[in-house]
Amino acid sequence: MVTTFVATAGLRTGTLSPGRIGAVISRNIGPLRSGPAYWVVLVSGFFEPLFYLLSIGLGVGALVKNITLVDGSVLSYAQFVAPAMLATSAMNGAMAETTFNFFFKFKYIKTYDAMLATPVQPFEIAMGELIWAMIRGSLYTAVFLGIMVAMKLAAFGWAVAAFPATVLVGFAFGAVGMAFSTLMRGWQDFDLLTTAQFALFLFSGTFAPIENYPPAIQVIIECTPLYHAVGLVRDLATGVPDWATVGHAAYLVVMVVVGLWFTGRRLEAMLLK
Amino acid sequence: MTVQPLIHARGLVKRFGDFTAVAGIDLDVAPGEAFGFLGPNGAGKSSTMRMIGCVSTPTEGTLSILGMDPVRDGVKIRARLGVCPQLDNLDPDLTVAENLTTYARYFGLPRAEGRRRAAELLEFVQLSDRAESKVDPLSGGMKRRLTIARAMVNQPDLVLLDEPTTGLDPQARHLLWERLFRLKQQGVTLVLTTHYMDEAEQLCDRLVVMDAGRIVAEGSPRSLIETHSTREVVELRYGDTPLESLRGKLDGVGERIDVLPDRILLYADDGDAAVAEVHRRDLAPSSVLVRRSSLEDVFLNLTGRTLVD
Repeated sequence: MVTTFVATAGLRTGTLSPGRIGAVISRNIGPLRSGPAYWVVLVSGFFEPLFYLLSIGLGVGALVKNITLVDGSVLSYAQFVAPAMLATSAMNGAMAETTFNFFFKFKYIKTYDAMLATPVQPFEIAMGELIWAMIRGSLYTAVFLGIMVAMKLAAFGWAVAAFPATVLVGFAFGAVGMAFSTLMRGWQDFDLLTTAQFALFLFSGTFAPIENYPPAIQVIIECTPLYHAVGLVRDLATGVPDWATVGHAAYLVVMVVVGLWFTGRRLEAMLLK
Repeated sequence: MTVQPLIHARGLVKRFGDFTAVAGIDLDVAPGEAFGFLGPNGAGKSSTMRMIGCVSTPTEGTLSILGMDPVRDGVKIRARLGVCPQLDNLDPDLTVAENLTTYARYFGLPRAEGRRRAAELLEFVQLSDRAESKVDPLSGGMKRRLTIARAMVNQPDLVLLDEPTTGLDPQARHLLWERLFRLKQQGVTLVLTTHYMDEAEQLCDRLVVMDAGRIVAEGSPRSLIETHSTREVVELRYGDTPLESLRGKLDGVGERIDVLPDRILLYADDGDAAVAEVHRRDLAPSSVLVRRSSLEDVFLNLTGRTLVD
């Protein structure tokens, strides 16, 4: 008998279709029309970093006054903290979609099972969901940048330059968050993720330059993702990009690629058995 | 000229680790046919359906769907399939109509065309008045009808229905059967799995009986009954009397005897004559039923087990 199939060979991925990716994205527009519940979630994700900016940036800023960076430049404390809150906002916005919402669709309402019975392919689902997450994250950051300009925490030109950086931050954290979501066993695992996110938020050079920490801790921080997101956004928002800025961007690009690839593979392995 | 089969399988095997779900089956389904897989839970029906639906890779054997290779051309094949899965995966975040229009987009249909087909299909499955409702408040039968409408949104050449009426009340089942029969009349090729013999008899032109990953019989419902059972079956109940002790005493009544936990089945071409013989032997049962043979009896005869455990 002719054996046409080899046990280990998976279903082959065909050409990616922008139309199908668009269809995956547009699936998420329906729930937006469904009433206020989703909007409450959407808006709440935005306020958290804003409150931190107001309480710590302005409150603590009144005590700290100015802050001198390693390169000798002097910033007000609020100017220092605001880009970090912006980067955090991009991270939170994207990850809210690709962790909680993604997991819910994946495990509970079986949205992706239904999609995969059509010509839509796993990698197209990963792409579509990530782009949607990025759109949501970008809404937050655009408004946040507007507030920074209004509060004179960033020049308009540099705020415009920082916007694509926040998009990249959203892509990077969205992709990695989605990859993690495919590994989650249940909601309890999300506690770990939330804790990790909060630790990153506190220590990634957000509220103080990392040069204040012991060298060993500095090295660890330099390996973590939000540090690079904050670095990239801060360099642009404060108007002092240099080669390190490119390094930060490269780190985030790797996150996008690895996160997407991993998610596609996991969806394939779990849904196309 | 021979018509090319829509589904062609030879020696098809699906293994999950050490477990063999499908143990080498041969199939040919012709265009316009209503083809059924009948068998108990765990017989390998759903695994076979998933391979046909190009969402599961065959472990061994050859499989061709619509003349294409499901591994290489999965996207092209799925574009022409309609799938109604065993467990509803309708989108609870969307309305009834949006479930259809959103699905249409996955097939690359323009929005206007999606809306037009959604309206038409909701009419067909009698859900037009619920178009703006969410999915959750719908009854089980309505959800299943919506899933079938969703499976039709790309005007498929082949519709796969995995246990289409499992868990539905009798009225909902009959309405669903009637809609599926209409599709069949329109020339749509239906492939369905079921563990209900009445469903197989209602809908299928031809079916295979599956057990433990293998095909144990194949044919039209009528021919399967003729080949593997008698014209009539007598069901005898004896209250609390241990039934096994009666087996010997009933020997020779009818062509075959099956002793089930709660009743004895006598297979006979003339049921009334068999009942008369039972009474003549002084074995009067507490209740008796003479009925026509069904696919349930075929399955029992082939495997020694009942379909619904």
